[in-house]
Amino acid sequence: MSEALLDVKDLRIDIVAGGTSHNAVENVSFAIGRGETFGLVGESGCGKSITALAMIGLLKPPLITSGGSIRFKGQNLLELSAREMRKLRGNRIAMIFQEPMTALNPLSPVGRQIAEMFVLHQGATWHEAEKKAVEALASVQVPAPDQRVKNYPHQMSGGMRQRVMIAIALACNPDLLIADEPTTALDVTVQAEILKLMQELCDARGTAVLMISHDLGVIAKMCRRVGIMYAGHMAEERPVSDVFRTPAHPYTKGLLSSLPRLGSRGSHGRKRLQEIEGVVPSIADFPAGCRFEPRCDRASAICVKQKPVEVDLGNDGFVRCFHHE
Amino acid sequence: MNDCPEPLLRVEDLSVHFPVQGGVFSRSRRLLRAVNNVSLSLNKGECLSVVGESGCGKSTLALSIVGLQAPTSGAIYFEGKPITGTVQPSRMGRAQMAQIVFQDPYASLNPRQTVFTSLAAPLRLHGIEAGEVEGRVEEMMRLVGLKPDQAKRFPHEFSGGQRQRIGIARALVLNPRVVVLDEPVSALDVSIRAQIINLLLELKERLELSYIMISHDLSVVEHMSDRVAVMYFGQIVETGPWNSIFDNPTHPYTRRLIGAIPDPFAELAGTSLVDEASAPPPPAGFDFYPKEFGKHDVYSLPPPSQLVAIDVDHHVRLVPAH
Repeated sequence: MSEALLDVKDLRIDIVAGGTSHNAVENVSFAIGRGETFGLVGESGCGKSITALAMIGLLKPPLITSGGSIRFKGQNLLELSAREMRKLRGNRIAMIFQEPMTALNPLSPVGRQIAEMFVLHQGATWHEAEKKAVEALASVQVPAPDQRVKNYPHQMSGGMRQRVMIAIALACNPDLLIADEPTTALDVTVQAEILKLMQELCDARGTAVLMISHDLGVIAKMCRRVGIMYAGHMAEERPVSDVFRTPAHPYTKGLLSSLPRLGSRGSHGRKRLQEIEGVVPSIADFPAGCRFEPRCDRASAICVKQKPVEVDLGNDGFVRCFHHE
Repeated sequence: MNDCPEPLLRVEDLSVHFPVQGGVFSRSRRLLRAVNNVSLSLNKGECLSVVGESGCGKSTLALSIVGLQAPTSGAIYFEGKPITGTVQPSRMGRAQMAQIVFQDPYASLNPRQTVFTSLAAPLRLHGIEAGEVEGRVEEMMRLVGLKPDQAKRFPHEFSGGQRQRIGIARALVLNPRVVVLDEPVSALDVSIRAQIINLLLELKERLELSYIMISHDLSVVEHMSDRVAVMYFGQIVETGPWNSIFDNPTHPYTRRLIGAIPDPFAELAGTSLVDEASAPPPPAGFDFYPKEFGKHDVYSLPPPSQLVAIDVDHHVRLVPAH
């Protein structure tokens, strides 16, 4: 890979409140090339969403970035002023959120919310911008876009609202699109349509995508490379096909074999699902060593004492485990 | 619909309609037809899954079965005796027939009551003596894999998976025969789901329970179910044994639903779970109903159609071809 579009190095995010500090994200590094699709997978509370928010400068106290760097086109985003960040956000880096109803302004017609992007970032007049909004809505395959621009968010279905979000996000042809669980709130058939649309639009425009999801199926469909996060650490980071065929980290391995797989229940009866024992640790008591250690069947003394470091697996991948496969 | 002499639970021609106000100033009232003429049967020891997308009426159907939603028409029979309409048993009697496990255990447990209080309340209401209550709560806690002394705690002190275990204990405390599972694992972390799925399947064997599971996650449905019913806009469009539905999905909507699942292994292999080119044609003289999706009117009565058997216990919804 030549110079990456986005290069996150040793990112650390802490929660600082009332004199105590807890670590939420530690030593997270990954890079996304131009036009590349990268997935970030993990369970709730693993830090995937706050990593994304740090990237667009939307972390609010008590969450603070306390280390590392996020380089976007060579520029460290953590050193930018709020004003400089505002110029970038929505323009070069755009974001789609999980719940379009709460992300859209309920009091403004959707056409105006799309048009705002052209006014703010491209200096268009409102008159021009509203014309462009119709085109933008047509590009996300909303039927009768010239009528739909006048709709308020509540007049649209969940799938249509998410299309509007995509139109807003892609309005200025960003270099990077961050999609945080973009289809979790949608029905499966609508999810399939939205994923297809995102894929087509980003391919055509060469937009890089950072896809955040807990759904391994969505990641396999959309991404070339994936990072698996667990309790604020990056457990492994590799091409998607490697992760699914030969998971290296015990957590990834456990996760893949704990999922009921379509077509896996033969006519001879069902097999008991393999469980990952225990619960996800809460942020206040993350283990000192490897954070997966209390639930891991391969854990040994070293895992309790030391944090595992990145082990290169070749083929642009690494795992963070003392006893990886 | 079933060859067995008398199923444990039988839903017959059930419809649930809700009156809806036309608009803020309008006096006109319309009927939203959430469930239309649904018939189902559940045999003893079986897990029947009802699948469909949001708004298809699957949760309304579930609420009717546990007695939390009165049907507009139709009837539900438990061991051959009607439990809806004028002859229905008391609330207390119904509580021992069917119970429900909700999707979000945090929302369904009282945050201001200890787990013990929540689990003991139904026992006290059903006249169990105070001395026995404690033992029964202890037994329930162990049954779902928790420690008895954890019952002193409040719901917020538990993790999501543990809370769902409490939700299951609450549903089972009165020894019901049928348990309705409304999206039992979809609110849980992915690494916790297997624990709860295994627990539910174990309890089903051990306590000879019968399940009706409402779900949109087809991989969980395939793993857990004996029979599957696919709902679309208030009607069942296909029903059959789990392997018929997954190996031989016939109704276009079922195929669409299975085809839309992003399955990681199918995605990587570049294959699709259903092959559109090999879609089976409808039986001679019939058309599938509905044929088109997405433009359905929930307020008008659907045109007459019927569930026709295409294999043993495998039915699809059809209309006569023109």
